[in-house]
Order: sequence, then C-alpha cells, then structure tokens
Amino acid sequence: MKALYFSWVRERIGKAEEEIVPPENIKTVAELMAWLSGQGENYAAAFANIKTMRAALDHTHVRHDALIQNAWEIAFFPPMTGG
Amino acid sequence: MSARILVRVQKEGFDASAEAAVLTQGRGDIGALVSFTGLCRDEGGVLAALEIEHYPGMAEEEINRAALEAASRWPLEGVVAIHRYGLIRPGEPIVLAITASAHRGEAFAAASFLMDYLKTEAPFWKRRHLAGKGAGDWVEAAAQDHAAAQKWRA
Repeated sequence: MKALYFSWVRERIGKAEEEIVPPENIKTVAELMAWLSGQGENYAAAFANIKTMRAALDHTHVRHDALIQNAWEIAFFPPMTGG
Repeated sequence: MSARILVRVQKEGFDASAEAAVLTQGRGDIGALVSFTGLCRDEGGVLAALEIEHYPGMAEEEINRAALEAASRWPLEGVVAIHRYGLIRPGEPIVLAITASAHRGEAFAAASFLMDYLKTEAPFWKRRHLAGKGAGDWVEAAAQDHAAAQKWRA
C-alpha cells in the first residue's frame, strides 16, 4: 500500500511517500505504526509520540484502532493547523 | 438539501466579494450572507510568511464533507469554502467561508461551524517563516480550536 507523510512526520522520516508492504499480521493502524517505528531511527523519531499522531485511510480520518483491511492509501500527520 | 456548494483548494488568492456574488446573483430568496476571511498575521512583525502544506485530494474531500454537513444542519442556499496552500504573506487571505441562507442566524452558525471544522479536520499544516531567518517551526494545533470544533459534536 501507499504511505504518505506530512508536515514534521514527513521531515523526520525523510520522504513524502513510499510503497510499504507490512507483514500479514498487521491489522490495525496502531500495529502499522508500531511496525513502521521499527524500520529505522528516522521512523522511530517520527512515531515517538504516537498519541499525537493522526492517520487517514483512503482520505478519511481514522482512529488508531481502525482496521486497515483493503485500504490503498494510508497517511500519517500531526494535528491539523489549517484555517 | 439544495444548497449550492463550491469548494476549492488553490495556491492563488481569491476575491471574497466575487465569490459571494456567485451565490447571490439572480437570487431573490437569500436574506443573509455571511463571509469570513482568515488572513495571515505578522505576529508583531516577526513573521515573514506562512507556508501551508496540504494533502491533495483529501483536503478537497474533507472541506466538501464539512460543507455538506453544514448544509444538512442548517437550511442553507449556498456555501463557498476556499483554502489556500503555499507561501502566504502577512495581510494576504488564507481561507474563505461564505454561507447564504434566508435568515442570518443560520448563516452565522453555519459559517462558524465551517471554520471550526476546517481548522481541526481539514488536512493543512502551517509553518512559520521568520523575518530574515527563512523556514522556522511548524505551528502547533491550538487546544481552543479543538474545543471549538468539539462543541458542535455535543
């Protein structure tokens, strides 16, 4: 699936998007974040404060316990500051 | 629900009165038009610009969801919601929310709802550019904005 990163999440990871292939046993957004955290120091830094991280599956905001299922795109970002 | 809904995410500026005219032109049934423009502040002279990052695709969809929800909560005739991205200088407009209705109460409430929703749910992130220093820190989400958005969920 495609993973997108925004704002300081993008900066800490060092890329705006990538194709990721998480293991079969990763079912939820929280599990995916834990798995990504183990992919390198940059990922660990980006996901250091899981509580503040926001996620969207296929352009829709989701909670951390949401199931990823067949989503084609997941995005991670800090709380929004538009308007 | 028959409200006319116009949503745009763009780099360019906008003309609030021209956007409002799109909703009111040729209409005799609109008694109230509320137009809110959010501008970039210079924060006492230290801010040179705001850089606004967005999530293309989702940004438009999320603003559209907000406009549709506003139109389902209040009897609106029209909604315009425009949000800019890119580098924006102090004094320049960032966001526009216009609501048109038969009566002012609904138009005011819907515009307020739309802005509260945009601030906390639309995928945009602001970063400060300081005078003479270039790109600085990311703006942190304000607790009061979150609280303002929560009150509509009650």
